[in-house]
Amino acid sequence: MSLARTESPLIRRILIGIALFYLILFIFMPLFIVFSTALEKGVSYYFNSLKDPDTIASIQLTLITALIAVPLNLVFGVAASWAIAKFDFRGKNILLTLIDVPLSVSPVISGLIFVLLFGLQGIFGPWLRDHGWRIIFTPSAIILATIFVTFPMVARELIPVMKAQGNDEEEAAITLGANGWKTFWYITLPNIKWGLLYGVILCNARAMGEFGAVSVVSGHIQGFTNTLPLQIEMLYNDYSFTAAFAAASLLAFLALFTLVIKSLVEYRFRAELKAVRKGAH
Amino acid sequence: MSIEVKNIVKTFDAFKALNDVSLKVETGELIALLGPSGSGKTTLLRIIAGLETADSGEILFHGEDASVKKTKDRNVGFVFQHYALFRHMTVADNIAFGLRVQPRAIRPSEDKIKAKVKDLLDLVQLDWVGDRYPSQLSGGQRQRIALARALAIEPKVLLLDEPFGSLDAQVRKELRQWLRRFHDDLHITSLFVTHDQEEALEVADRIVVMNKGKVEQVGTPQEVYHKPASVFVLNFLGNINLFQGRVIDGKLYLGNAPVNLGRGELKSNVKSANLYIRPHQFDISRKPQGDNAIKAIIKFLNLAGSSVKLDLSTESGNTLQVEITQQEFSQSQFIKGESVFVCPKDITFCEYEI
Amino acid sequence: MFLLKQKTTLPGFHLALGYTVFYVSLIVLIPLSMLFIKTSTISFADFWSIVTAPRTLAAYRLSFGAAFIASFINIFFGVIIAWVLARYSFPGKKIVDALIDFPFALPTAVAGIALTTLYSSNGLLGQFLYKIGIQSAYSWTGVVLALIFIGLPFIVRTIEPVLQEIDPEIEDAASSLGAGRLQIFFRIIFPAVLPSLVTGFSLAFARTIGEYGSVVFIAGNMPGKTEIAPLLIITKLEQYDYSGATAIALVMLIVSFILLALTNLAQWWASKRIGMS
Repeated sequence: MSLARTESPLIRRILIGIALFYLILFIFMPLFIVFSTALEKGVSYYFNSLKDPDTIASIQLTLITALIAVPLNLVFGVAASWAIAKFDFRGKNILLTLIDVPLSVSPVISGLIFVLLFGLQGIFGPWLRDHGWRIIFTPSAIILATIFVTFPMVARELIPVMKAQGNDEEEAAITLGANGWKTFWYITLPNIKWGLLYGVILCNARAMGEFGAVSVVSGHIQGFTNTLPLQIEMLYNDYSFTAAFAAASLLAFLALFTLVIKSLVEYRFRAELKAVRKGAH
Repeated sequence: MSIEVKNIVKTFDAFKALNDVSLKVETGELIALLGPSGSGKTTLLRIIAGLETADSGEILFHGEDASVKKTKDRNVGFVFQHYALFRHMTVADNIAFGLRVQPRAIRPSEDKIKAKVKDLLDLVQLDWVGDRYPSQLSGGQRQRIALARALAIEPKVLLLDEPFGSLDAQVRKELRQWLRRFHDDLHITSLFVTHDQEEALEVADRIVVMNKGKVEQVGTPQEVYHKPASVFVLNFLGNINLFQGRVIDGKLYLGNAPVNLGRGELKSNVKSANLYIRPHQFDISRKPQGDNAIKAIIKFLNLAGSSVKLDLSTESGNTLQVEITQQEFSQSQFIKGESVFVCPKDITFCEYEI
Repeated sequence: MFLLKQKTTLPGFHLALGYTVFYVSLIVLIPLSMLFIKTSTISFADFWSIVTAPRTLAAYRLSFGAAFIASFINIFFGVIIAWVLARYSFPGKKIVDALIDFPFALPTAVAGIALTTLYSSNGLLGQFLYKIGIQSAYSWTGVVLALIFIGLPFIVRTIEPVLQEIDPEIEDAASSLGAGRLQIFFRIIFPAVLPSLVTGFSLAFARTIGEYGSVVFIAGNMPGKTEIAPLLIITKLEQYDYSGATAIALVMLIVSFILLALTNLAQWWASKRIGMS
């Protein structure tokens, strides 16, 4: 590296030092404290606290929620990114802004709007009550709020990937006689699979970890409407710190797993992008 | 199969990419669409392939309206500028793709597909790359695989978008000749887009010169080079010198002598004319020959190449490009800075002002 | 409203867009419009008295103020971190690089209890701060600390690619013209990353003003003192004061949209000035 492009070793070390210190303070330490507190009373205590029936029920609800929200948002993400990345149409920017809304709205507001829709004082509340249905303070509301909060995740990952790949290969497939589904299945999908995978993993992590929005619509009924993050809050507020952190460690594992997938995808995608560039020149 | 393009109009937002373009391509011809960027040549190619839809006008394949057919049913082979090879498939799978996506009823058996892929790889002289991925090939190899892939569906028409655009100069020349021979063997009606006049002149049977969404001229390489239909064609195909001619007593003068037009009489209402003369259409000598000889000074000599190129400066300060044969040069041995007389032998194009 | 500008051969546009618009309307537009419909049922006088009540104003001040301070601190350290990751190599860099996104991937409730445990008066880090007279958890400081955690990846990830894309030849050129390293940084590199700093700041700011999960544990939640606006919304909801909750939420929403529009404008201006729109 030329001298003009870098600093003296001393300055380099100081800068690396500052960066690492900041990261230790704000990233490594919180990560460490989750696992150290979870295990402070030993491994058997750790596993026993996870076997608590209410905790297990909350894990089940979290899994069910993700199992419904993620596939729905996956289908939406693929459709939205196909329309947005491959076609030029009026109103595209409005659509993009709307897709981003759940990311720029406070999670509490995300929950609030469903209360305003389906709560007893909400628009559909009285009608639902008259028909004997309830949505708010039931798992349905949790699933709805989760869909809202996580709905941009897949689309946002896919749009740049699809855009970067352009329409050339799809057009080539069509001139060779492939129909729409075959073009999508054999050409587009293999090219976006890594982006898709990361989008799904990220969407899943968010769906399982959502707190604010779910907190508003849940009602915090143990064993019924508590998701894992809500259960963690309840345990923590009951001063069952170790149990709270044991449950939290599951979600921390999920976060780490997400990061591993992300690094893998970035590695793969970088290689693929390089190949694309090589192909063009 | 013949292709007929009738009155095609295409606009992008406010930009008129094609403005009433008509064209007829005979069966088995190799046609170059030549023009600067933005002239609409790629758009026209994509409309013929069905990759774009024209605002109005017709495309006829063998006399039949093609616009009712979708791209995938047109049976055109399209070679993309950046090849558009499927990067997640091997070369063999790329070539086989068009066959594998055919409806089950007419799809050849897997054995037949494999045999066909092998034939095509032989045809493009790349039989050893079947198992590789596109990223492992050189640019020229990719270009030939893209061609093989397009040929797999036995197209009646072959369309190539800037086929040599992203290749090195050397590979480009080789592939150019290769494409010419290839076409002579297969005789598929072919159109290729290029902005390189040399490429068009060397490869094509006929050239369609395009500018600003219009066809300027259609003709053989000789026709468009020697008998350009417009100033644009003239400028686009080779170097040109411009002279102002004066009209005196109904005759057109260049220098002190009337010009022999050789193409009929000058019309009586002409006031002046722009005369366009190619660099090779001059005699050059140390003593004035003929009355319309122009005095000039040699500013630069380029001896490399099959001819000698001279940059001259006239007394009125204009620059003049002149080309003479090596033989003529070896007889005269002009040197830089020398004063010479230049006399036009012929005129490529006259533009009259009325 | 959604008209295809050019016909294309790629199939599925109407199906894909139709489904997208339907889904967006169902999941985003209709629920979000509730906020405005509900607000329209509140008289302006009531609305005004809710959003200007001292407790509400204090909550706004805390949410917006802490988000601003945290994003500002993050910009400073974010540049250093992005610089170090983009330019230097050191052992463990790949792991560090991957973990930058940890706050983004970690559920906020987990972040909340972890940070609270860490910074409480007998916590691993809090005890040191306590000794020098800073009470970190259950105070303004705690809120800022949590928001620093949440906002960091947004800022680093916006600046890092821009730093990587700066053509090294430009720095060589500046150096050959006699510029020193500091001059190169302030006159060449800094202007190039300025638009990304604005973007990063606005992304982090927008994300942190509404943050709830990671803050609610560490904030202390004393009305008028350490109560964040999202918590105030929840409190109103728990008292079945839907109007109050909606009014407070609408103001938050509008303020954050205005701020986003302003930063977009600033970013547009900055990128136009240096000619890399």
